[in-house]
Amino acid sequence: MQQLADRLIDTGFLQGLPRGLGYVIVVALFAFLMLNFIMLVAGVTSWLERRVWARIQSRIGPNRVGPQGSIQWLADGIKNIMKEDIVPSAADAPLFRFAPYLAMMGFFGAFAVVPFGDGLIVADINIGVLYVSAVTALVVVGILMAGWSSNNKWALLGGIRSAAQIISYEIPAALAVLTVVLFTGTLSMQGIIRAQGWAPWNWFLFHNPFTFVAFFLFFVSALAEGNRTPFDLPEAESELVAGAFTEYSGLRSLLFFLVEWGNLYLIGAICTTLFLGGWQVPAFTDSGLVLGLAQVLTFFLKAYFLVFVAMWVRGTLPRVRVDQLMTLCWKYLVPIAFVNMILAAFFAAILPNGSIFVKAGMCVFGLGLAVHFFQRVLFHLRRAKPELHLSPIV
Amino acid sequence: MNFQFANVLVYILLGAITAALMLGLGWLLRPSNPERRKLSTYECGEPPSGSAWINFNIRFYLVALIFVVFDVEVAFVYPVVVAFRDYVLQGKGLLVLAEILFFVGILFVGLVYVWAKRDLEWVKQVRTAA
Repeated sequence: MQQLADRLIDTGFLQGLPRGLGYVIVVALFAFLMLNFIMLVAGVTSWLERRVWARIQSRIGPNRVGPQGSIQWLADGIKNIMKEDIVPSAADAPLFRFAPYLAMMGFFGAFAVVPFGDGLIVADINIGVLYVSAVTALVVVGILMAGWSSNNKWALLGGIRSAAQIISYEIPAALAVLTVVLFTGTLSMQGIIRAQGWAPWNWFLFHNPFTFVAFFLFFVSALAEGNRTPFDLPEAESELVAGAFTEYSGLRSLLFFLVEWGNLYLIGAICTTLFLGGWQVPAFTDSGLVLGLAQVLTFFLKAYFLVFVAMWVRGTLPRVRVDQLMTLCWKYLVPIAFVNMILAAFFAAILPNGSIFVKAGMCVFGLGLAVHFFQRVLFHLRRAKPELHLSPIV
Repeated sequence: MNFQFANVLVYILLGAITAALMLGLGWLLRPSNPERRKLSTYECGEPPSGSAWINFNIRFYLVALIFVVFDVEVAFVYPVVVAFRDYVLQGKGLLVLAEILFFVGILFVGLVYVWAKRDLEWVKQVRTAA
């Protein structure tokens, strides 16, 4: 983003300003834009998720506020602002009040390295991916703090479960990231995207079998780290009331849910960066602006598709038990991720730039998997037709 | 680089500032009618029985301990993996690969040990002497 700031100060509309002041203005402008983007994405996701989820379960979902209920999230926000803020007398008040701040800090901090397009990234730091996994750990501290300080048994269980779950799934997620980094030689988000191409056969997803496995390892671990169903044990509404957030009311609980829904986009964005070619588009036009818009749109659609998949998973799978959760992580994901990384290292040592045959084979395999999947979906749709009374669109 | 890291700091602070602004706005708008029963701890409507600050399942500590070992290990592997590609392009790939294998191998033995000791199981079966 520094190049952008320099260009604006040298030739753009900030011409003539001292460099330091120009930087401050550009940073503030981008921070404001990013704030709106995050709020909008988190809000719209909260509405869309309820709609999608309702559709999966043959319900209707929120459809009263605005067309198709599309500004339901604004109404929810206003409702939450007007609600009384309750701090239980038995709770540890300073920690109780401070917990949402920590969660928000970790969440916003991660957005500083989320890329949007070529050159459109707030901070292209050379430790990008490592920074993301480091700073999102603040969210865990926030949730654990919320759970413990509430002095409520549900909240305590939720908070402790959340901490155990998130730190456990950090290991397979990090190992899956390392599998990709073996082929890029850099941790920078933009560097990883530049190492890929616009075409699916140049994505890391189809680079070789090991990155293909790493994608699924990472996505599952990311879902667990984002406290998403089937790993939503920390809030498990049917067993722990609202988990770590039981005692929170109004705006403070809204902040936690903002983090949860925003995290969903973050998961999609990081998966897209690592495995799905990021913002890469073919150079179909000379106009830098059109190309930039195409890149932003491509990245957003890829990331949001993964968000949709996460909603789909949430609507489909039941919640796992806490012992199953730990078994899945330590007995399956961690050993698989270890072996996968070592095999990928062998592959990288022999073929550091990949092989066209491997890529082609992986693409055909991926295509076959997708075709098989859609055949199954069609089969079940046809079977369920007599029971579907509602059109899937409305 | 300094510009980039300054930006990172700005965004972390932005999170706190946003939360503060939202809570500040809420403070101006929301009612405040505290009442003894309203401020009591929620336990499904029953009067709460004692504090929640109690001893809880030790499994969570064990998970955290195992995590610390593996996370430190992953943190050490990060720089090697970043430099790995350069070494491969220089033709020293197998040497670095052997080093990674050695390092990860030791920790993998650790995982196997923890597994064999049944500390990965949520409910640990302790074999009592017959």
